[in-house]
Amino acid sequence: MENKLIEHGLNTNRRHFLSKLSLGLGSAALGSLLIPDLFSGSSGEAYGDAVAGVPHFAPKAKRVIYLFQNGAPSQLESFDYKPKLREMWGEELPDSIRQGQRLTGMTSSQSSFPMVGSIYDFQQYGQARAWVSELFPHTAKIVDDICIIKSMHTEAINHDPALTFFQTGAQQGNRPSMGAWLSYGLGSENSNLPAFTVLLSKGKGNGQGVYSKLWSNGFLESVHQGVQFSSGDDPVLYLSNQEGMSRQQRRKMLDRLAELNHLSFQKLGDPEIHAKVAQYEMAYRMQTAVPEATDLSTEPDMIFDLYGEESRKPGTFAANCLLARKLSENGVRFVQLYHQGWDQHGNLPNEMRDQAKDVDQASAALITDLKQRGLLDETLVIWGGEFGRTNYSQGKLTKENYGRDHHPRCFSIWMAGGGVKPGFVYGETDEFGYNIAKDPVHVHDFQATVLHQLGLDHERLIYKHLGRRFRLTDVSGHVVKDLLV
Amino acid sequence: MLLNVKVLANYYRIFSSRSLALAGIIGCLLLFACERGGSVGADSIPDQISYNLHIRPILSDNCFACHGPDANKREAGLRLDIEKEAFKTLKDNPKAHTLVPGNSNQSEVYRRLVSTDLNEKMPPPESNLALTSHQIKLIEKWIKQGAVYEPHWAFIPPKSPELPAVKLTTWPNNGIDYFILQEQEKRRLLPNAEADKETLLRRLCLDLTGLPPTLDQMERFMLDTSEDAYESMVDELLASSAYGEKMAVHWMDVARYADSHGYQDDNFRSQWPWRDWVIYAFNKNLPYDAFITWQLAGDLLPNPTKEQILATGFNRNHKITEEGGVIDEEYRVEYVVDRTNTFGKAIIGITMECAQCHDHKYDPISQKDYFQLYAFFNNIREVGHESNIGGPNTYAKHPKIEITEEDLNGILSFVNKKDTLGLIVSVMGDLDSIRPTHILERGVYDAPGEPVRPDLPESILSFSDDLPKNRLGLAKWLFDPKNPLTSRVFVNRMWKEIFGRGLVETVGDFGMQGDLPTHPELLDWLSVDFKENGWDIKRLMKQLVTSATYKQSAAIPADFAPLDPDNAYYTRAPRARIKAEFVKDLVMASSGLLVPEVGGPSVKPYQPPGLWEAAASTGAKFGLLGTYIQDTGDALYRRGLYTFIKRTLPPPSMIIFDASNRDTCEPDRTTTNTPLQALLMMNDPMVLEASRVLAARLLEEGESDEHKLKKAFKLIVNRTPLSSEIEILMMHYADQLQLYKNDPAEAEKALKIGEYPQVEQLDVAEQAALMQVVSLMYNLEETLMKS
Repeated sequence: MENKLIEHGLNTNRRHFLSKLSLGLGSAALGSLLIPDLFSGSSGEAYGDAVAGVPHFAPKAKRVIYLFQNGAPSQLESFDYKPKLREMWGEELPDSIRQGQRLTGMTSSQSSFPMVGSIYDFQQYGQARAWVSELFPHTAKIVDDICIIKSMHTEAINHDPALTFFQTGAQQGNRPSMGAWLSYGLGSENSNLPAFTVLLSKGKGNGQGVYSKLWSNGFLESVHQGVQFSSGDDPVLYLSNQEGMSRQQRRKMLDRLAELNHLSFQKLGDPEIHAKVAQYEMAYRMQTAVPEATDLSTEPDMIFDLYGEESRKPGTFAANCLLARKLSENGVRFVQLYHQGWDQHGNLPNEMRDQAKDVDQASAALITDLKQRGLLDETLVIWGGEFGRTNYSQGKLTKENYGRDHHPRCFSIWMAGGGVKPGFVYGETDEFGYNIAKDPVHVHDFQATVLHQLGLDHERLIYKHLGRRFRLTDVSGHVVKDLLV
Repeated sequence: MLLNVKVLANYYRIFSSRSLALAGIIGCLLLFACERGGSVGADSIPDQISYNLHIRPILSDNCFACHGPDANKREAGLRLDIEKEAFKTLKDNPKAHTLVPGNSNQSEVYRRLVSTDLNEKMPPPESNLALTSHQIKLIEKWIKQGAVYEPHWAFIPPKSPELPAVKLTTWPNNGIDYFILQEQEKRRLLPNAEADKETLLRRLCLDLTGLPPTLDQMERFMLDTSEDAYESMVDELLASSAYGEKMAVHWMDVARYADSHGYQDDNFRSQWPWRDWVIYAFNKNLPYDAFITWQLAGDLLPNPTKEQILATGFNRNHKITEEGGVIDEEYRVEYVVDRTNTFGKAIIGITMECAQCHDHKYDPISQKDYFQLYAFFNNIREVGHESNIGGPNTYAKHPKIEITEEDLNGILSFVNKKDTLGLIVSVMGDLDSIRPTHILERGVYDAPGEPVRPDLPESILSFSDDLPKNRLGLAKWLFDPKNPLTSRVFVNRMWKEIFGRGLVETVGDFGMQGDLPTHPELLDWLSVDFKENGWDIKRLMKQLVTSATYKQSAAIPADFAPLDPDNAYYTRAPRARIKAEFVKDLVMASSGLLVPEVGGPSVKPYQPPGLWEAAASTGAKFGLLGTYIQDTGDALYRRGLYTFIKRTLPPPSMIIFDASNRDTCEPDRTTTNTPLQALLMMNDPMVLEASRVLAARLLEEGESDEHKLKKAFKLIVNRTPLSSEIEILMMHYADQLQLYKNDPAEAEKALKIGEYPQVEQLDVAEQAALMQVVSLMYNLEETLMKS
């Protein structure tokens, strides 16, 4: 008899078990109740030895806000200043620099690859003397709070696989995204809100779509799936009761439902029935918790001024930044924003100005806002796209106009807070802005570093599926210690 | 029920108060604590150690990654997965032997496992792997008993075992039950009592048709006291067209069917005639060998019919890019890889993916084996990027067929097409010449290595020289009576559909890392039986649902659960939430809204506004799917499987209930229980409209309140409610009625939901109140559960 019970216990994956419990209870609370006695220290676990709500080591950051710039903003017009490209304007990209690297089908048949420098001016800012283009005046003011990485590189050359790679660690397939991994690894801080939320917005530039697989739970339980929030009437799908149904009526309905479900339980004895009742109760709590957490109307004018006028308009990037702060403040582990419109194959000088205007003030405001609330230390903010843009013009190059194709070999992103060095610039590209000259950071390195800041070892945050142990970082990745405080 | 009590009594003596507490959370955590400490106390070491049962799972999970099939990652030249390699001396220490039969201390394997020297210890600490002391003891004993290797169970062709002898001879209904009962009796367990008729009928209808029973079916079945009442109901359901629709849902997951191309702009594709064929094939009971052969190689059959060619759409259901500027070959390779992996997971239950980039770490499948299989799918007349997002010509990609009026009036009459527009479907078709296949180094499209030809892994079954070296040959190999996997994999999946868990739990992985079968003999018996009876799928389904195992009650007798907590020995019927598609079906059918039309283009029912628009690319405006244009009328009330699947943003009502996003082959869905599901059932207009419509119908019938509620309950939960249940429902109705009578304006608002015509002459308060009670019934735990 006892054998049977023990066998059952052993057959139940510990994490699976705890994450099941955590559905209704809030795993952080549960985790901290249990850990001291049973799960402290590290010893011979076969694999995946993190328990939901329990990091591998002391975390620097508790939460992430990821401002994904979807479509790939040009590094050459933002943070990677290349005067040489201006000098060599219109000259052919030397073969010695290109080194026969592959190009996309959009420019591979171009007869010439004329180099083009930024049409915008750059200046140095802050103690780090970081170069920032005139398109990002607000970001320029916070360079001492952020860490710019100029030596990112990726493997994919097209949007879909590159985005998927950044978010899930693999170009193809249906793997869990970064937020889902964190939800799985750390659980939720707030039992009334999902651990992983997603906010979408669109810029005016040429836009590439987003896909729900980017916030997919993949093979993890669907409780780890990103929940799309919006700043409209129904911030979460199906959240509001229908017209003509009051909250009191809902309460009554749920009480009767629980009574009836309990009768079923008496007959069937299935504990899942109680789990179901608990989910309905959480849904009920979400009905008030979510609108509270997403209600921007209580924010003072000075906050809207900080984020910019657009932040008063639901669904804009600026409004989403403010919403992200609120959600994060309320314990949402991972808030993922996507802002579309960065795909400037042509007409870059015009489109990029608008794109930057859409995001610059609010991105910087988010950092300032978190800082003044004392939350920046425990919140890791990330800003960047899925790859970079070519140093040569796609299509016709004129004095006023040019475009840039996809360029996976180098690009810039920035991070802030969460134990990342402030006022720091990392990595260098060559003077043509084509290849990395120093300190390359691969996407898997970046992912390993983010997990590390959250207290998770990317080689130990594992889920076994179809016989294989999967990681966010697949089979590679190193924590970039140089970036860390 | 009585029987169970007896069993319990037998066990009660050893049921100490501590072990009772173990059933609770604290108890479970104590168990984990035991696991962590590595001392499992009561977990005994069996007298006879079996390589397949006890040792291979340990070696595979902990050792094979570095000492297994992958030649490039093999450490110290040591290979543990093959018998003749494992007894060799060590490469760097010729005096030491890896395994010395009978002597664990002289066996390097054992010595390294127990070593405390971190430089020697295996697995090395940086692998984050470690064996429990129980596992080490097993290995020690296995070596002492001679370190006998066995071939992997799943690669040995199944042989039909004799039906085992059982004590409770009155229980079995068919062969299945003997195997189940034998395992129960071994553990002094007994089967549960048979479920009552109402429960059985609901279970049967949900399993065979995905629809709840109708009032007529309920009445007929309850009144039919004849011996074969149950069997004739099974036959009736198997003969209904809803059966094919039910079966198709699972196959659509396996075949990653969708209504859009996927990737970047994710425009429309017109692949639905393939889905209509699947429904038709299940309904006409096309044998499994033909079902698969047509899908894999219909185009290569002698004088193929258009139906057989349409079936090959299976291998063109994968995502296809329309993103400008992609590198053509990169994507063409991606499609071939998708087909290869789908073949592995869907049909032979082997996860091939790993071997795309390197030799498989666990299964005897080398990278060469992978690309030899890949070669079968590499000869298609296709390109990686055929066209950008655009008009009707882009809705299918070459090779493709056009479905003509003549087809619709003839061989493809099952394709439900009403308009006169052109209709194209992507299908398979080979090049006239052979496209050379190479091993792709690291799996990358632009790194071709050694050339290879179509061939199949010998470790499974060698590919006979007599067979054509193309997809038709591949299909013949699958249905060679000696193939160890084909039948087992399918039978196991159908078992899982019905019983909620597989006989092999990892339904997509029969390899080394997959679970061992809980009932190996039953699996083999069923597999051989299926094969020998003409791969007859309906016969198989009937066998499953007419077993006594199936007909057990799902009720967990009080205090009985700990004896078989996971129901691994089938001591009761499983309870399982119905799939996303069937949630809609249940709501539609019970409210009377269901439009039972079979097949046709997928439909766009209610969906929260703005979802597609918020995510769509700028380019999406050149296609059909940038904006969600909701359907109206009958299209709103079709079965769930016809809901339009846009890959990059699949319908939330499906995804919230764990449906596949159809990105890749998914042989197995997970089932979760989340608050979003609760919100959906409470607030989705689909459910609210159905509640309103059913309420109006009941009011129009003019029966008593109690009668109305009973009828609604019977329609939705498919059983007669208890008086205590009716009491609560009546109370709820009275409250709601009072509320709405006091505030008819609120009632008006509540009724304004959905496009189905309102019934004006009814009292709004009554209608709104009844609607709320019906809506409550849709939210009952039992409603969405098969039990």
